[in-house]
Amino acid sequence: MNTLAEPTDFAFDEAAEADVLVAIARYPAGKQASAVMPLLEIAQRQMKRVTGSAWLPRLAMDVVAKRLGMAPVRVYEMATFYLMYNLQPVGKYHLQLCTTTPCWLRGSDDVVAACKKITGIHGFGETSADGMFTMTEVECLGACVNAPILQINDDYYEDLDGARTEALLETLKSGGALPAPGSTVGRHASEPEGGRSVLLATTSTGE
Amino acid sequence: MAKLTIDGIEVEVPNGSTVIQAAEAAGVEIPRFCYHERLSVAGNCRMCLVEIEKMPPKPVASCGMPVSEGMVVHTDSEMVRRGRRGVMEFLLINHPLDCPICDQGGECDLQDEAVGYGRDHSRYDENKRAVGNKDWGPIVKTVMTRCIHCTRCIRFSAEIAGVPELGAVYRGESMEVGTYVDKPLSSELSGNLIDLCPVGALTAKPYAFTARTWELRKTDSIDVLDALGANIRVDARGAEVLRILPRRNDEVNEEWLGDKSRFSVDGLKRRRLDKPWIRKSGKLQPASWEEAFAAIADRLKGMPGERIGAIAGDLCDAESMLALKDMMSALGSANIDCRQDGAALDASRREFYLFNTTIAGIEEADALLIIGANPRRESPVLNARIRKRWVAGGFPVALIGEHADLTYDFEHIGNGPAALQSLADGSHGFAEALKSAKNPMIIIGQGALARPDGAAMLAAAWALAVQFGMLNADWHGFNVLHTAASRVAALDLGFVPGAGGKDIAAMLGGGVDALWLLGADEFDTAKIGAETFVIYQGHHGDAGASRADVILPGAAYTEKPGTYTNMEGRVQQGFMAVSPPGDAREDWRILRAISAYIGHALPYDNFVELRARLAQVNPVFAAVEQVRRLAGTDASGPVAQGAPGDAALVSAVQNYYQTDPISRASPTMAACVAAHYTVVAEAAE
Amino acid sequence: MLNDADRIYQNLYGQQGWNLEAARARGDYAGITDILARGRDPLIEELKTSGMRGRGGAGFPTGMKWSFMPKQSDGRPSFLVVNADESEPGTCKDRDIIRHEPHKLIEGSLIAGFAMGANTGYIYIRGEYHNEAERLQAAIDEAYGAGLLGENAAGSGWDFNLYLHRGAGAYICGEESAMLESLEGKKGMPRMKPPFPAAMGLYGCPTTVNNVETIAGVPTIMRRGATWFSSLGKPKNSGTKIFCISGHVNKPCNVEEELGIPLRDLIDKHCGGVRGGWDNLQAVIPGGASSPILNKEMCDTQLMDFDSLAAVKSMLGSGAVIVMDKSADVVKAIWRLSKFFKHESCGQCTPCREGTGWMMRMMDRIVQGHATLADIALLEQVTTQVAGHTICAFGEASSWPIQGLMRAFAPMVRARAIDYTPALQQAAE
Repeated sequence: MNTLAEPTDFAFDEAAEADVLVAIARYPAGKQASAVMPLLEIAQRQMKRVTGSAWLPRLAMDVVAKRLGMAPVRVYEMATFYLMYNLQPVGKYHLQLCTTTPCWLRGSDDVVAACKKITGIHGFGETSADGMFTMTEVECLGACVNAPILQINDDYYEDLDGARTEALLETLKSGGALPAPGSTVGRHASEPEGGRSVLLATTSTGE
Repeated sequence: MAKLTIDGIEVEVPNGSTVIQAAEAAGVEIPRFCYHERLSVAGNCRMCLVEIEKMPPKPVASCGMPVSEGMVVHTDSEMVRRGRRGVMEFLLINHPLDCPICDQGGECDLQDEAVGYGRDHSRYDENKRAVGNKDWGPIVKTVMTRCIHCTRCIRFSAEIAGVPELGAVYRGESMEVGTYVDKPLSSELSGNLIDLCPVGALTAKPYAFTARTWELRKTDSIDVLDALGANIRVDARGAEVLRILPRRNDEVNEEWLGDKSRFSVDGLKRRRLDKPWIRKSGKLQPASWEEAFAAIADRLKGMPGERIGAIAGDLCDAESMLALKDMMSALGSANIDCRQDGAALDASRREFYLFNTTIAGIEEADALLIIGANPRRESPVLNARIRKRWVAGGFPVALIGEHADLTYDFEHIGNGPAALQSLADGSHGFAEALKSAKNPMIIIGQGALARPDGAAMLAAAWALAVQFGMLNADWHGFNVLHTAASRVAALDLGFVPGAGGKDIAAMLGGGVDALWLLGADEFDTAKIGAETFVIYQGHHGDAGASRADVILPGAAYTEKPGTYTNMEGRVQQGFMAVSPPGDAREDWRILRAISAYIGHALPYDNFVELRARLAQVNPVFAAVEQVRRLAGTDASGPVAQGAPGDAALVSAVQNYYQTDPISRASPTMAACVAAHYTVVAEAAE
Repeated sequence: MLNDADRIYQNLYGQQGWNLEAARARGDYAGITDILARGRDPLIEELKTSGMRGRGGAGFPTGMKWSFMPKQSDGRPSFLVVNADESEPGTCKDRDIIRHEPHKLIEGSLIAGFAMGANTGYIYIRGEYHNEAERLQAAIDEAYGAGLLGENAAGSGWDFNLYLHRGAGAYICGEESAMLESLEGKKGMPRMKPPFPAAMGLYGCPTTVNNVETIAGVPTIMRRGATWFSSLGKPKNSGTKIFCISGHVNKPCNVEEELGIPLRDLIDKHCGGVRGGWDNLQAVIPGGASSPILNKEMCDTQLMDFDSLAAVKSMLGSGAVIVMDKSADVVKAIWRLSKFFKHESCGQCTPCREGTGWMMRMMDRIVQGHATLADIALLEQVTTQVAGHTICAFGEASSWPIQGLMRAFAPMVRARAIDYTPALQQAAE
């Protein structure tokens, strides 16, 4: 736990509070502990919104525990068990690189190398000197037919190779916005590259 | 009931039992690490694997498998042995090979089972995992690399202690048991984690590197540091008591023990009175027994009986209190009292001062009203029993008195006696809960009795019990929560002022010319009249000894055989684990000797005769280990003048860790106070 | 090749809209009120007759699973939980259903909830599927707006509420009892069975957990009939399945096909073939990370259905086909899966917590060329000590890939060890 970065105060702000109420209402009365995952996520997103870094300070976990009537340690267990809760601050762009077998077979090593090259990060778990990027190795992201995948914050970038990864990160580094998520080779979704082999008769209305 | 066969032994167990329970009933031992009969089933260690016929061909964890009619179980088949060997190997690959420096050595479940299921060498060639130790305060020492993740400690703290501060954080092989945020454990029952831990991950910090289990002489005894009468085992080497562990007694302490009762043991070696002392020219000087006896005889000679008094302390055994009482009556004095705190305990009927529901009987109750007590601080193991009942559900609890975290939910009716009235007149909603309960109970603490209006409080509580149907032929819901281990035996013996005798208040301030303190340290000794000659008989240099004119060194509870009656009226006997230090002697022997010296020899020459005399004084002392719930058939209550006042009720125990001369002498208890109560103080700021 | 008309997921690739209007145009919700009006038992019977087996990996007959739910409530409510925690490496089919055909999932949930007497359903979607979750929530909102969910859902007289619950990065939550724990706000640690979820599931109430693809297939089965569904595929392996073909094929893709399709057809017809041609094929993992790997010889004739794959000691799993050509380091590919399992072990029970790390480390040494033949024998033994001894099927899932490798590529694995002499032994010589 990085105590140095602990804020001195945390409370759900107005925007988060609305989400909190919606989340708690999804579960039966008396089962509000079910809302611990959504509340931790809401807290992490609030940190992102307010501080620019999506992470969960311990104070926020305590706030969630209190709100749901849970023992704090039960919330710490949750926050440390699930990978998506960041226990330390992360950069503006959280690069989550899948290196599991399907991505690895399609060249995730090149994507990792490209990320290191552009961000100057030496290994997973680190944040770049400018605080812009954090690199995390993740397990299968569930988009394997569009491998390799790089998840940046909430979005998947698919069908990557080294060069396209470098270009993507260069854009971000130079202040450009995140491009539209999805395939970087022009695939619409999970159809074969170059066009569908089935469902040819169905009209394509696009989206 | 379901009939099943385990290793060819047919056994019948209730439906809903698990296979491991059935095996227990059949006398078949199944190894286990995570399973514990008083905790929820986790099923995580996988050591209790068995083979069950007509199930998928893989071993099954017997702790979580419900029995079914006709089940055929094998606990020692090739499949089972292979499975357990595999599990053992997994447990050991990341477990350090540090048994020689591990305090659990010799009483380690992992070590024991490794003999049966371990290999003679490790096949694990990879790097072993190391886990950082945690600081859990003065009681529990952690060596987390030894942890096998059975989660017993986590389940105990959440389920039994009701202080959910332990968890397993992170996951997979990185999973660690801990608090996540370093802090001392805040439960008064934390020492039990040490017993529950099947390996050397959690050991006793004060006992670290002290002894091996096979070096210890084990003696059964009874705890006296609160009034529960927890059954304990005193482990000693040579003349020294090294540790105290709980003994199982399902009707009293199950298998738990409070931290004070377990870890005050180092207080037994400090501030001890190991020789007689006589005050000469205002200063206490060491003396011989002969000189001390002569000094006492000298002062008592010719003193009228009504000018002599005696007060019995909180840790006394029944035998020495009886000897003192007999000697006082031989001296012609009826000035005796055991109520150091001045509690308005009414000795006229046993049910007025007992925990009548009985400790195990709490589990039959279905509503509870607590008046002027904090059971968690006054008797943590009793509190765990209340919590156990509360966890089972359908057990509304209300409190009148000081608000506190009792580890269960309760309705706080009010701080003062006025709240009693709101129940009596039905204006408070909890009256309805009491009225609709079948077996409601009241617990009144010493905090409600040891005050000027104590008698009125007692009478009011009794009246409530009567009003809400807590007394009947099958149920007795009126309970006094005692804090002194000696108190019930003293009341049973009639260690209260006889006809025309003075109580403690009357004896103080010069009410008597000579005052015999038998281990009495829990009252304000400054109130003793300046001219009163004080004899202190006891084992620690505490409040009583520092005011004494003559000190007679007695024996602590581990150093003498003794009879103790717990708050529910259960008569229990402890044995002598070690000899008293130096010139100190068993207390009844001291009294027998001085009585002869002053010409009033007590009519018993040995302990057997003294015990016979005990049973003669009150037959309850003959019924050792037995307790029978009194029938609440006589509704007439204790008599009191006036009504309760309006002062707020506070618990009689503000500092759990230091309540008596032994725990006050204990460095471990001092460390607990520093670790625990400062945390509380900081939080309050 | 499966007729386009027989494909359940007409919008698998999102070439059309996802919303209610587009979904209705594809026939979703057509006659839903009448379908529900058939009653609970007929719906379950229809599903049983269809031969639908769970699409999440285990392949348990869905109709039978539904029939385990209490017909009469003992006072406890029943719950439907939809498993959208798609995390088995190689699998990305539910993602397409969620983002392109969300209304099939919603309609299927309504039918399932109704048939099992559940007034509440939760869809547990993996946390990384953020955009997919937003899409699904939008579709749920649409359905509520159109009266297809909520009170008197679709005019059926049955109240059905459907909520989304997002995971947060834990593969183990795809195990049904771990999912229930997670839904209750706890760590995703599997429960011991019995009791099974149908008796004691979410909040201690009767619960059925079904995979997204299983549930989303239900409305079409109800509309087109059990006979239609069972006419596709093979006996006891009926219907269609979305396959996810990743790795060394020319055109990785998802495609819905009949169960029982030859593996080679799947790759050649839909994926543009193996990179470098069929003869350049080295290995295939046929059903997601935990399914034992097949070598080229096995692949030549392999059919893709539950029973055909079980016959070669592998499994259909989630239908995730991971293809490796001759350039791949197969041992390293399996090591990476071992690393995955070590990372995703919940840590609850001993064999998995300790065994997954051990297996991964030994695999690592084999990859590095630092393992002896004895090490390899030991590794095989360790896999048998893990599998069959754990609380959940993760023990098997983490062991089978290694066991599969040892079966299908024994000479290759041994060859990696044969040249290695440990330093200690070298020093001694």
